Amino acid sequence: MTQTQSIQLTVNGEPVNASVPVRMNLVDFLRQELGLTGSHVGCEHGVCGACTIEVDGAPIRGCLMLAVQANGATVTTVEGLADTDRADALKAAFRDRNALQCGFCTPGMLTSALSYVESGGPADRTAIREHISGNYCRCTGYQAIVDAICDVIGKEAKS
Amino acid sequence: MSVAKPLPHDSAPLQVTGQARYIDDMPLPANALHLAFGLSEVAHGELTGVDLSAVRAAPGVVAVLTAADLPFANDVSPSAHDEPLLAMGTVHYVGQPIFVVAAESHLAARKAARLAQVEIAEKPAILTIDQALAADSRFEDGPRIYEKGDAPSAIAAAPVVVEGRLELGGQEHFYLEGQAALALPQEGGDMVVHSSTQHPTEIQHKVAEALGVPMHAVRVEVRRMGGGFGGKESQGNALAVACAVIARQTGRPVKMRYDRDDDMVITGKRHDFRIDYRVGVDAVGRIQGIEFTQYTRCGWAQDLSLPVADRAMLHADNAYHLAHARIVSHRLKTNTQSATAYRGFGGPQGMVGVERVMDHVAQQLGLDPLAVRKANFYAPAEAGGLSAPHAPAARPPEDISQQKKTAEVQTTPYHMAVEDFILHELIARLEESSDFAERRAAVDAWNAANPILKKGIALTPVKFGISFTLTHLNQAGALVHVYQDGSIHMNHGGTEMGQGLFRKVAQVAAEVFGVAPEVVKITATDTGKVPNTSATAASSGSDLNGMAVKAACETIRARMAEFIAREYQAEAGAVRFAGGQVHVGGESLEFAEVVQRAYLARVSLSSTGFYRTPKVEWDRIAGRGRPFYYFAYGAAATEVVIDSLTGENRILRADILHDAGASLNPALDIGQIEGGYVQGAGWLTTEELVWDDRGRLRTHAPSTYKIPACSDRPEVFNVALWDGANREETIYRSKAVGEPPFMLGISAWSALADAVAACGPGYPDLQAPATAEEVLAAIGRARS
Ligand code: FES
Ligand code: FES
Repeated sequence: MTQTQSIQLTVNGEPVNASVPVRMNLVDFLRQELGLTGSHVGCEHGVCGACTIEVDGAPIRGCLMLAVQANGATVTTVEGLADTDRADALKAAFRDRNALQCGFCTPGMLTSALSYVESGGPADRTAIREHISGNYCRCTGYQAIVDAICDVIGKEAKS
Repeated sequence: MSVAKPLPHDSAPLQVTGQARYIDDMPLPANALHLAFGLSEVAHGELTGVDLSAVRAAPGVVAVLTAADLPFANDVSPSAHDEPLLAMGTVHYVGQPIFVVAAESHLAARKAARLAQVEIAEKPAILTIDQALAADSRFEDGPRIYEKGDAPSAIAAAPVVVEGRLELGGQEHFYLEGQAALALPQEGGDMVVHSSTQHPTEIQHKVAEALGVPMHAVRVEVRRMGGGFGGKESQGNALAVACAVIARQTGRPVKMRYDRDDDMVITGKRHDFRIDYRVGVDAVGRIQGIEFTQYTRCGWAQDLSLPVADRAMLHADNAYHLAHARIVSHRLKTNTQSATAYRGFGGPQGMVGVERVMDHVAQQLGLDPLAVRKANFYAPAEAGGLSAPHAPAARPPEDISQQKKTAEVQTTPYHMAVEDFILHELIARLEESSDFAERRAAVDAWNAANPILKKGIALTPVKFGISFTLTHLNQAGALVHVYQDGSIHMNHGGTEMGQGLFRKVAQVAAEVFGVAPEVVKITATDTGKVPNTSATAASSGSDLNGMAVKAACETIRARMAEFIAREYQAEAGAVRFAGGQVHVGGESLEFAEVVQRAYLARVSLSSTGFYRTPKVEWDRIAGRGRPFYYFAYGAAATEVVIDSLTGENRILRADILHDAGASLNPALDIGQIEGGYVQGAGWLTTEELVWDDRGRLRTHAPSTYKIPACSDRPEVFNVALWDGANREETIYRSKAVGEPPFMLGISAWSALADAVAACGPGYPDLQAPATAEEVLAAIGRARS
């Protein structure tokens, strides 16, 4: 009953070859097969953003993409971000600004925030609000998250 | 100093790198099983046939259990033993678990659960408040009534009578991490359970009952939750018990997590309410007498509904002195999810009732709503002790007629003296910092000039009672070890759900020993270390556990001081612990060195600690006593804009001033305030739960249930802490901060009512939640 297909992709800089059930979504593949449990599932139907990961440089919802669709793709999870210094400023700002409480939304939120910062988004609160409005956070009220993103953009603008 | 510092959340470094583990992230042994429940699709009926053969035959299925297969107790209720894990004969709501499937994967279990053939002989379901009243379907023998003075006579004698009805919706917790549990069988029939729960002792208790073992055979561990908000106080029992029973039966590790839809369909939510009110007022809006009748749908099982409904009654006064009050509460039993704890625990519902009265009175008398609120405030706290004179300067001018009366302390409708009321000063400060008067005038000017977009502004107060109303729950334990290298291991009964409790309590430990916070290891809550804990609820986490940890640390510190004083022929009382050093007899020693020497001298470096809240005493049947140790205060001013053609609306600005006492950690407290406000505003605006006439919850996923996103929060958001200490002797004179800020969100709803009122001369009678649809309907009422 369960059809499988083999895929090749790059995950956090490492080549991965795997045979996956065709209906398995990407975030389940990362969590269950590769043990990359930093990406979370909050709703499994594309609304909450907890599963946001980077595929070929763009933030996508890991629960809406099948693992087989990631064949040939380059995937970066929150664990991958931790291996490089790309997100260091954001991570520090999230910590310093108290932009996380339970932390369950944080990996997805960081990924969305990083795409905003790296695409040269301005330190404009309205634009930031719109950009991360696809990532739910039930704890913080978002204020600290917007502050953290503004901080990073402000610092980069200065340096 | 370690306390009062804005230190970041202790797990932050793990959370930003994806290393922080939640239940579903824990590595599992290869033979682990996964569970799913098969659910009732009928709101009320008798099970006449349950054919599970297709479920058993499905790929990957290892076991399927119904109620008949459970070896011992079939109960997951936190209160009245009325909540079977699996339905027995009768089903009581759509979503009730009937059987449980264990399979090799989460998906296999869920798929198999869909294959059952369940026959149910449907019976009439009681879904609404009216249906429940007609059938007299309720918990307890009749309504609870709390009374002070003679409300009916006072209302009859009042120049103006205002009456109305408010329908107030419930709320889904929407903790980002759904319910989850993992059971690991041990030797000799013991069980270790990891659960995403606010109440490890309850999990331990229910698992022990289900396995037919003493509580000592079950150990429950909780490192963190991905949000709780009350939704993990009792609602995790079912998963933990199911996992433990099947782990016992199969000898394999068992994990269960609810998919989001199942989570929303199965678990209880905030209680929805209907509140009827009748109030007699004088010409300036001062309440002479008031009657509230609160009706709440408790759902099918009792769960925590009685204390929730009690707390709604206990907050029917909010910040207002009601000399003659009668509060009646009906706890109705319906064929819906069993409503449960949710941040504020009934308090918000009670409070919305009286805030609604303030707005209604103002509208009817043509007065400013803030002036009506102030006219009804409790008298200000006395500056000094109880015998100190009042400070008349702090009282606003319209209160002059009350000055004589304040010689005796005013009491709540449940006869508790209000001795710490600070809202006069707090609101004066907020009015100033938010330019409230100018903005009020600007909103009125805007509304006079703009026919389509209407603005509204409101300032509402919060007075929230702190303590469990079940008095015996106000206790906590802690266990502290100092290791011979000077590092400190700290454990207590509180759980971490994101609120920062672990960090705050670690600051307390570091403070007592005078060491840096990093010296203190924060460890998972564990029923094997600290027993008989209360739920981390009622905002009590740091109040109770902070004190228990302090007591444990002080015991060890006293032993160390006594030992080292002897060595230096000094007084034990003169030994000081500060800056990572121990100061004794003119010498300064490293903390770790003193620890090492104490160890060699055979001084015990481990201690438990215990705390029980003083002064609380409460009779919930009579409605008399002191259920709360103290009150936490706050106020919010919110400005909104609505589109009068569509009902769409936005929060433009919110200004908050909140009382956290002498804050243990201002950064964490501000985080609680911001998050609480947004969650409270969500409850009263976009978050709408809809059941159809067959009792099916139609809003069972975020695609249909709308919690606030970043774009919904206020564009301008100013949050500040009130800089006063708690007058009671709480942990470093701080105040609890988990729940009170939630009710600051009421100002958003009140502002929407203000904006709607600007659309026409009629009374808009805005209900809650004020969705765009409801705002539009209210505009229609205002214009008719
Ligand atoms: S889990 Fe993917 S968006 Fe919610
Ligand atoms: S920190 Fe809890 S959901 Fe964002």
